Amino acid sequence: MQVRAENLRKQYVGIAALDDVSLTVQPGELVALLGPSGSGKTTLLRTIAGLEAPDSGTVYFNDRDLSDSRIQDRGVGFVFQHYALFKHMRVMDNIAFGLRARSKNKPKESEIKRRVLELLDLVQLSGLERRFPAQLSGGQRQRVALARALAIEPSVLLLDEPFGALDARVRKDLRRWLREIHERTGHTTLFVTHDQEEALELADRVVVMNKGKIEQSATPDEIYDTPATPFVFSFIGESSVIPVQIGNGRATLDERLLDLEIGALPDGPAQLYLRPEDVTMVTDGGPGIPGLVVSTRRIGGMRRVTIECGLARHRIEFDAPAEVPINNSQRLTIRVIGGRVYGSGSEGYETERLAASATSDFKWAKAEGWLDR
Amino acid sequence: MVLIAVSLGFLGLMLIAPLLVVFVEAFSRGLGVYFDALALPDTMAALQLTLLVAVIAVPANLVFGVAAAWLIAKFDFKGKAFLLTLIDLPFAVSPVVSGLIFVLLFGANSALGPVLDSYGIKVLFAVPGIVIATIFITFPFIARELIPLMQQQGSSEEEAAVSLGASGWRTFFQVTLPNVKWGLLYGVLLCNARAMGEFGAVSVVSGHIRGVTNTLPLHIEILYNDNKAAAAFAVASLLAMLALVTLAVKTLLEARFAGEIAAQRRH
Repeated sequence: MQVRAENLRKQYVGIAALDDVSLTVQPGELVALLGPSGSGKTTLLRTIAGLEAPDSGTVYFNDRDLSDSRIQDRGVGFVFQHYALFKHMRVMDNIAFGLRARSKNKPKESEIKRRVLELLDLVQLSGLERRFPAQLSGGQRQRVALARALAIEPSVLLLDEPFGALDARVRKDLRRWLREIHERTGHTTLFVTHDQEEALELADRVVVMNKGKIEQSATPDEIYDTPATPFVFSFIGESSVIPVQIGNGRATLDERLLDLEIGALPDGPAQLYLRPEDVTMVTDGGPGIPGLVVSTRRIGGMRRVTIECGLARHRIEFDAPAEVPINNSQRLTIRVIGGRVYGSGSEGYETERLAASATSDFKWAKAEGWLDR
Repeated sequence: MVLIAVSLGFLGLMLIAPLLVVFVEAFSRGLGVYFDALALPDTMAALQLTLLVAVIAVPANLVFGVAAAWLIAKFDFKGKAFLLTLIDLPFAVSPVVSGLIFVLLFGANSALGPVLDSYGIKVLFAVPGIVIATIFITFPFIARELIPLMQQQGSSEEEAAVSLGASGWRTFFQVTLPNVKWGLLYGVLLCNARAMGEFGAVSVVSGHIRGVTNTLPLHIEILYNDNKAAAAFAVASLLAMLALVTLAVKTLLEARFAGEIAAQRRH
């Protein structure tokens, strides 16, 4: 089932929750709606489900206009962040609810029972059908909620922060498991999350939202490698920002020339966005930006170093090998070997991939005393 | 320790002692006088009227209360705060004033009174007036019990039910109602106790016609004013017993279904 939203708008007391949002989800696709709280991602999901009515705009399932269709008739499987299981019903009655609520083609009770047991098997909860929701763990409850949504053989599956209320380990397990279920059942699936790691790991396509608009809709690789806007860049992964000046085809920081290609960006102020891997330490005495180390912390096999550069003390984070000793207040020189520049054009942001310049291949000097230079 | 002593002492003085006095006074002239007082035709008529009023008022408020609580807890609309205030009105206004409002509304000099009169419908100083006044006075009990409960539970279970294809009625009876049944039961018990015990508003609209428009509380006052203290307390003990039975039923239910209630709250 293809899901298509066209020009959706929704206003809540002065705030635009959805500001002219259009989105198409292809049949069988697994799409993540990613954004900070208040970005409109949950409103978009609930509008597609029919739990919210848009102020304007239309939702289509396979070219069927749903404007006048009640939520009961849309056939959506909706999974809530806090499960929303029926507390007074046993697991099996929860899962059977949608089948029993059917007015047409209501299956026989024996058929319902068979279906419930089948779904329990799918979500790996066989044997718990007589339990009440209060007797289950959070992860188990969310699986029951998913089984209940799948029971009605939904045309689309919509999940609102499905793992948001679970602890980190259960969340990881359920993520992998949801991906497996998706591959097995093939439902067109949309899920909302504020966790970029979850979105990038799970989804075929990630839709990044901010302030009621879609900032970018692309594969996880594209989202990470070529973020379309500064917002996407800073929301996905670690990032540092320094303001630079563009002029004569060169970028400068405090009138110091940066050794960067900036392509066809217009002259004027711009923002240089950097990931930790876009910055290296200069150990060969070559050109670079001098700075002062303000903090270091250990992240896995690397050491994340924060330094302050330039007159305005812009903070830049980069990774250094853990075996290199780096202390606070130490002076360092860094070189920018990548990143993205976003010029300030009113009609949007122009982006240019910066190529590594000058001495590209550069080896860590482990020789003693290398820092004294 | 001091706090416990103070609160127990206060409870004893303000609640238990008066209750004991009712029973002591009721039996002060012996069992014979007690049962004679209860067997009086006027007493039996008052008891019947009280039960009739409760049988009408409690189900009416059950429907109104659930509807109002559902509306307030599950929907957002303009004037919600105003509606909440309206629900509290019977608590805020003195019952006597409430009674007077109905006298003004249905009395001979009002706009409604003559119209109803021409159709032969008597509201004031008759059973309908008593029923209306009682419904008004007891309106907040069920709604007030349900609103915080429903608000705390939110709407996601209802949303889940409709997304699974359930109709509005099915959602209400299979999801909403089971989730609030204990609060609802408690509200009904309180509403019933007040409906049977209401004095002020009913006193104003009833006209005190013995054997016709006297409810139990009004009958007690009349007996007391006639210097029949023992009889008055005998009838009063009936009302007091109603209160005790109400409390006992509530306690029993809570004990019997403690596990289920706890399981619901935990979720």
